[in-house]
Amino acid sequence: MKKENFLWNVVKTGLIFGVITIFLCLVGMVEVFSKRDVVENVITLGQFVLLAAACASGFIASRGTVDPQGQSKPLPALAAGLVAGLVTGLLLELLVIGIGGSAEPALRKIFLNASPSLYQLLTFGKGSDTYWILPTVGAISGLIGAGYLLLPEIFRRPVNRAMLVVIFMALFSGIFRVVFINQGPGMEVVAKFLFGQTGLTVAGTLIFFFGVILIAIFWNYRGEQIQSGVARLPKSGQISLRVVTIALIAFVALGLPLASGPFIAQVIVTVALFILMGLGLNITLGFAGLLDLGFVAFYAIGAYTVGLLTSYGPFGLQHIPFWVAVPIAVLVAMGAGFLLGLPVLGVRGDYLAIATLGFGEIVRLLAGSDFLAPFFGGPQGIIGIQKPCLGTLGPFLKIDVPRVCNGVELGHPQDIYYLAVAAALLIAFVAWRLRESRLGRAWMAIREDEDVAEALGVNLIQTKLLAYMLGAAMAGLGGAIFATLIGSIFATSMQLIVSINVVSLIIVGGMGSIPGVIVGAIFLIGLPELLREVSEFRYLLYGMTLIIMMLAKPEGLWPSQATLRELHHTEVEASVEAQ
Amino acid sequence: MTTILTATKVTKRFGGLVAVNTVDFEIPEKAIVSMIGPNGAGKTTFFNCITGFGKCDEGEINFEGTPIQRLRPDQISRLGIARTYQNIRLFAEMSALENILVGQHIFLNSSWISAVIGTSKVHQEEKIALAEAQRLLDFVGLKGKGDQLARNLPYGAQRRLEIARALATKPKLLLLDEPSAGMNPRETEDLTAFIRRLRDELGITIFLIEHHMRVVMGISENITVLDYGEKIAEGTPAEIQSNPLVIEAYLGRGAATEGMASAQERHSTKTG
Repeated sequence: MKKENFLWNVVKTGLIFGVITIFLCLVGMVEVFSKRDVVENVITLGQFVLLAAACASGFIASRGTVDPQGQSKPLPALAAGLVAGLVTGLLLELLVIGIGGSAEPALRKIFLNASPSLYQLLTFGKGSDTYWILPTVGAISGLIGAGYLLLPEIFRRPVNRAMLVVIFMALFSGIFRVVFINQGPGMEVVAKFLFGQTGLTVAGTLIFFFGVILIAIFWNYRGEQIQSGVARLPKSGQISLRVVTIALIAFVALGLPLASGPFIAQVIVTVALFILMGLGLNITLGFAGLLDLGFVAFYAIGAYTVGLLTSYGPFGLQHIPFWVAVPIAVLVAMGAGFLLGLPVLGVRGDYLAIATLGFGEIVRLLAGSDFLAPFFGGPQGIIGIQKPCLGTLGPFLKIDVPRVCNGVELGHPQDIYYLAVAAALLIAFVAWRLRESRLGRAWMAIREDEDVAEALGVNLIQTKLLAYMLGAAMAGLGGAIFATLIGSIFATSMQLIVSINVVSLIIVGGMGSIPGVIVGAIFLIGLPELLREVSEFRYLLYGMTLIIMMLAKPEGLWPSQATLRELHHTEVEASVEAQ
Repeated sequence: MTTILTATKVTKRFGGLVAVNTVDFEIPEKAIVSMIGPNGAGKTTFFNCITGFGKCDEGEINFEGTPIQRLRPDQISRLGIARTYQNIRLFAEMSALENILVGQHIFLNSSWISAVIGTSKVHQEEKIALAEAQRLLDFVGLKGKGDQLARNLPYGAQRRLEIARALATKPKLLLLDEPSAGMNPRETEDLTAFIRRLRDELGITIFLIEHHMRVVMGISENITVLDYGEKIAEGTPAEIQSNPLVIEAYLGRGAATEGMASAQERHSTKTG
């Protein structure tokens, strides 16, 4: 009975992953992904995705053999992996047979992506005699998956890391190649050795894979020694080490936009803007536990304020310097946070989400409406927004600055990069200080149990309003920078999806965690921006990522607890010293 | 002896149900008083009226001469009333130390702006608060547990942490809602001694809801009995034990309830 159950579970796992691979093929993802290589001329990204699915099928199926002690016998595990991978491969083979070798497959009438080129891809260009290939590849991949399960822990983490690094390098090989080649002829040789046109070279793959494994194993054996060695260093040594690290990071951060060109700079600016919004929402949602689904409204308000105050277009009210407009925009956003906060003070949980959702939509609709078009431009938006000009700072409160900047104009995305990154760093610092303050603790107490917090003397009205206001201020700052980056704003760019993106990046990063916001923004905003080719599947991948994250790592990529405990160790030590 | 809290004709209704019915009540300063009564007698509702959780519909509550029946819970807490909860309500995802620091909220008065700038005043204030939190942690016997998340603490430690958090508000009156619930005999004994210490060493007036008769009879100077929202008796432990109305409320209504109540009684004597 138990044996039969186990076999069925293995087959079921294989079937599930088989269906997933068929789905990925039929939505066209595999075909599009195959335009990119992981290893140039060896394996495309599309093929890699299918192989990864078969490996995962083998891995999950073989997990059924793990006994309560966490041990697993090699033979049953490998057999399970083999069977599951085989089933996955067979199922995919069914799709190949279904498409058939004809120029206009019958299946295509229903599934547009069941094309001859997909057939070519799945039969490895060999046509109809290759029905054994997919099941064989599937079975081998399943074996690899099971083998991964059997790997001792010491090797598993290095292999994990190495795979991640290889995939990362392969995805961005085009960018790395350009960046390296820009550095001069010496680097060009290195670049061409490691990175091909569409993916890594074979040599590059091997170097990255085994390089990472070696480093990881070395760190496994020597890491603690090195750490304790650093800890034993005299204080001056530690400080200089820290200074060197910070200087190195600063050097990379400062040089990055110059080395990489405007595209990367613009992507990083977008990420930084989402970090600003994320840090803002992290205060209302992550710290105080107040779910706000209309957060984009504050971004819009910040952007429109800067637009109206600095634009040379038809709707510009004033032409005050950008640097003066930004604090005003932040204050206006704060005021909007106050106004949103007042009516929803007593609203809790799900109801709060709906109420704030309404607020976001109202702001977007008003900004784009014909009714208010004389003020906000309606669907035409606000254009001709001033670029930050470093020369206008002389007479600081000059109300009407000339259109042509007399000093250094921050006109390019590379220039805005510095502005956005500096703003994100500053706000991250502010958020961190707030978190560690009395106000931050009151927020978290409200998140945990509002009634008890109130009984301990926390003024709910004041504390909640401050959460809305400070969160809004940060989003407003993001909006202000966005306005000057794009130079024009339209109500249509303030969609609900932006708010949802911000909520998602907080959840993926780790609720309430400041580094989590940064990681989440890079992961959910930065990666899709960089991988423009696959943008049609952006939200499919997005959804899959969210589901997998919630199942596998619900606490987020960088949860706050770990940092929390670290911080507290130092605090406790400090207090002991004080006593 | 002066009274610290006076409640006059306090009434609380939930729809048609009168949960607390015109109860008069007094707590002398630095006393340990208890409120007992069968389940659903309105004890916790009365607690909630005092702490502002659920405002009473009629009547007046005076704390050191200030009428508090219309104040918000945070304002009442500032006056010097703190409480614990029947089902422990800690800030689960915060560390033990942070829980106590939230209790000190009302004594810290640096603004968020100075916290962001990081003025030396803020540093000083935080340092003192942290030292005080450590001291309270030691006082309730949780030394070295400050870093642990509240939800990871064992049950008894959570109870004590909740008391430490209440103490952080420097209360003059501490309301304990069934503090011995779920404790074994040894823990109960420790708790009784601990409650006495709170009064004797810190001079805090204690108002206690408790089912555990041994605890109640052991430490209370005065006991009030509620039944169906009404005060049916008041007096010293000896008086209450011999009061026929109380015996009736606990034991006397019909055979079925008698069986249950006496079983409960036996149970509590055994565990006590």
